[in-house]
Amino acid sequence: MAQVLDALGLQSQARADAAGEAHGRRIGEVILSVQNVSLAFGGVKALQDVSFDVREHEIRAIIGPNGAGKSSMLNVLNGVYHPQKGRIRFGEKEFADMVSHQAAALGIARTFQNIALFKGMTVLDNVMTGRNLKMRCNFLQQALWLGPAKREEIEHRRAAEEIIDFLEIQHIRRTPVGKLPYGLQKRVELGRALAAEPKVLLLDEPMAGMNMEEKQDMCRFVLDVNDHYGTTIVLIEHDMGVVMDISDRVVVLDYGRKIADGSPDEVRSNQKVIDAYLGVTH
Amino acid sequence: MAVGTLDTFPKLLMHHAHARGGRPAIREKDLGIWQTWTWKRFADEVRALACGLAAEGFRRGEHLAIVGDNRPRIYAAVCAAQCLGGIPVPLYQDAVASELVFPFQNAEIRFAIVEDQEQVDKLLEILPQCPTLKRIFYDDSRGMRHYTQPQLSSYEKLLQKVDGAFIDAEIGKGSGSDTAAMFFTSGTTGVPKGVVLTHHALIDRARAVAEMEKLTDRDVVLAFMPPAWIGQNIFSYAQPLVAGYCICCPESAETVVADMREIAPSYYFAPPRIFEALLTQVSVRMEDAGAFKRWLYRYFMGVAKRVGTRILEGKEVSLLDRVLYNLGDLSVYGPLRNVLGMSKVRIAYTGGEAIGPDLFTFYRSLGINLKQLYGSTETSVFVCIQPDGQVKSDTVGPAVPGVELKFTPERELLIRSPGLFKEYYKNPQATAEAKDAEGWFHTGDAGYIDQDGHVRIIDRAKDVGKLADGTLFAPKYLENKLKFFPYIKEAVAFGADRDRVCAFINIDMEAVANWAEKRNLAYSGYTDLAQQDPVYQLVAECFEQVNADLARDPELATSQIHRFLILHKELDADDEELTRTRKVRRRFIAEKYGSLVEALYEGKNSIHVEARVRYEDGRTGTFSADLKIRDAKTFPVEAIRKAA
Repeated sequence: MAQVLDALGLQSQARADAAGEAHGRRIGEVILSVQNVSLAFGGVKALQDVSFDVREHEIRAIIGPNGAGKSSMLNVLNGVYHPQKGRIRFGEKEFADMVSHQAAALGIARTFQNIALFKGMTVLDNVMTGRNLKMRCNFLQQALWLGPAKREEIEHRRAAEEIIDFLEIQHIRRTPVGKLPYGLQKRVELGRALAAEPKVLLLDEPMAGMNMEEKQDMCRFVLDVNDHYGTTIVLIEHDMGVVMDISDRVVVLDYGRKIADGSPDEVRSNQKVIDAYLGVTH
Repeated sequence: MAVGTLDTFPKLLMHHAHARGGRPAIREKDLGIWQTWTWKRFADEVRALACGLAAEGFRRGEHLAIVGDNRPRIYAAVCAAQCLGGIPVPLYQDAVASELVFPFQNAEIRFAIVEDQEQVDKLLEILPQCPTLKRIFYDDSRGMRHYTQPQLSSYEKLLQKVDGAFIDAEIGKGSGSDTAAMFFTSGTTGVPKGVVLTHHALIDRARAVAEMEKLTDRDVVLAFMPPAWIGQNIFSYAQPLVAGYCICCPESAETVVADMREIAPSYYFAPPRIFEALLTQVSVRMEDAGAFKRWLYRYFMGVAKRVGTRILEGKEVSLLDRVLYNLGDLSVYGPLRNVLGMSKVRIAYTGGEAIGPDLFTFYRSLGINLKQLYGSTETSVFVCIQPDGQVKSDTVGPAVPGVELKFTPERELLIRSPGLFKEYYKNPQATAEAKDAEGWFHTGDAGYIDQDGHVRIIDRAKDVGKLADGTLFAPKYLENKLKFFPYIKEAVAFGADRDRVCAFINIDMEAVANWAEKRNLAYSGYTDLAQQDPVYQLVAECFEQVNADLARDPELATSQIHRFLILHKELDADDEELTRTRKVRRRFIAEKYGSLVEALYEGKNSIHVEARVRYEDGRTGTFSADLKIRDAKTFPVEAIRKAA
């Protein structure tokens, strides 16, 4: 593990951030909490009685072996799946289940494990779609390019351009997304999610399938987003090195149950986690 | 006051702010939009910045380090230092931290203005070695929130208060004989040297060429080379301040090509490698085009090669050729110029290195007025320029007005000009070696003046060697010939005091990868691709053509290249194999890869290498590979002569 961390060159970054917490990033109150959530598809119990919380401004990781229920958890959080039991609390509001558009309106944005961008559209247009919920002008105003529509377009374009600048993808602004390499598509997807100015950002395996350099870049961007915009981040990740380095707290799922929850160091030394990852003889 | 009598850059700036305050001085593409700074805005920014620096304790005669890419504020920093009688020291923004130590120690620099977090990190890293450094001001505050070092402060904070009377008085105190800037030479050999240039030297040269080329305030330049390079500084600082034209800063290094197309500059300067890279891109894209387009391109490029340069120079050509060329202009040359962002280029220069004749002719035949110039940091760039209508591919033109030239018996070029540097900073010995008592600067370049009065540079004087049989060996000439092929990115030729010439090659990853893809050739990376037999075959064909060419020239026939190998890694400035301006450091490479050179001459067919590589973040690693060595086909001199 130490080698992985070294290779990623992130250890020092993570430490610097930990040190920076005192004056820069302040981790706040609980913003999102999941209480006793259970989700089943027919007989398959994807999640069983899972509870955890996410605090404002923190980077919260959900890890676990294949099929542990990580993506299901994320899908519950933004309303794609509706749990049979349990409650989700976001800020002041409490839900038995959330609906996707409601989640988006509340300020939850996400990226997908298998990139879900509009392949034929340019990077800029894809990022602009992330602004959709913020657009107030009606169809007629937009079609006729009336004053308010124009002002609004300028404002949203500016916001999109700021994100493009932030993620350093200016050079592909006009490139159709389908033509881009995988690592850049992931970055564009992050950009689109950011365009919604979310309070909470859900990242589903943001580093999956990337090479070392792309992973490094992505880690840097995730940390930057968290630092610069103060966005709370919930991420699922396979790469343990990445998780341990950039997250503040980690939840570990296995067979749909929560088996550990705590700081990266606590989780790392937890026997149940080691067993889940390395297997155990019965 | 007339512009012609203004003797410092700040005075020129104030003149433009007054005379053309509303005209654009600098444009920068930011957030997808070209944002304009007028001359007045530029002057206001400079004045405010100068006041801020003075308040921080920046004194007359002191050095200010400036590290960053082309940004309006980087240029404002240059001028602000000059307003206070200080000396801006632009440093390469892509230099690794250790390379920045020397300038800071050498000039005992206390103040630095840098672009962003990346540069701040480097300066903080070298802080222990540079105890004089007291203040670092950064422009872009992104990622800077957690930095608490007492040395750090934002550029923004320097702009708080403006004391107009104070700054006017400070600007008034400046005179032409003051030092305007210090540039550290890239150091092809040994330690870098700080070249001290006065306002007078820079302004005189900038003015001489502005008059010669009739530059006006309607010209536009794209600033995309490092500002620490004297060439970029002359074109995006000295000359705009003399002529009042506008410079444009691209959005990022990756967007230069697109930004250039949007801006369509009228005045352009780039070293040969940029022209080479552009041509490679065009060639690769043409390979991908459909059969008809490829035919169209080949046919009309043939026409252009035959008559293009003659038409550009206004010489006589047959009516049929003229019609064909016009057709070509409609279908190929015009669109191609547009893609290259050169549709409005009135004057384009290349310099810094010799340019391959075919490469040079390619651009000229498209109707782009590409000319060669000759100069160096020590001469404020402009020594020789080819005047319109007298352009030749193998010379650098006659001396610019004001420059005197002569040659030593060893063919070394000596220069005397008002643009000469004052000294190498704190290095009287090097100064004395480079500039003799009568004021002649020893360029270190070998060449001669041809029958038309044009200077022809063959090579570096110390590199021009002899083969064992006493015939001329000019390595750079050979390397340039090789590098014209799109598949070859870098070449290093060996042969001094040996019986024959051999060479190292770096393939051009972009071009060869594309070629390999078409042939379903699988590879895992540069090293793997470089060592594949078909790639060797491809490169061998390039060598064969070069050798056939050389065999036709009795002077150079013995320089035919007998054996070659493709290096396992790309030569890199981070490994000190190239200078920051990407010139190969032949001696360093010969030493570092001594065993490979020997293998070339011993007749081996492969050699095992273990190499240490340095990654971009400064870490090092080792890896090993087996390199193949191949013979290139050579030609007997006589046979070719008979055939021809």
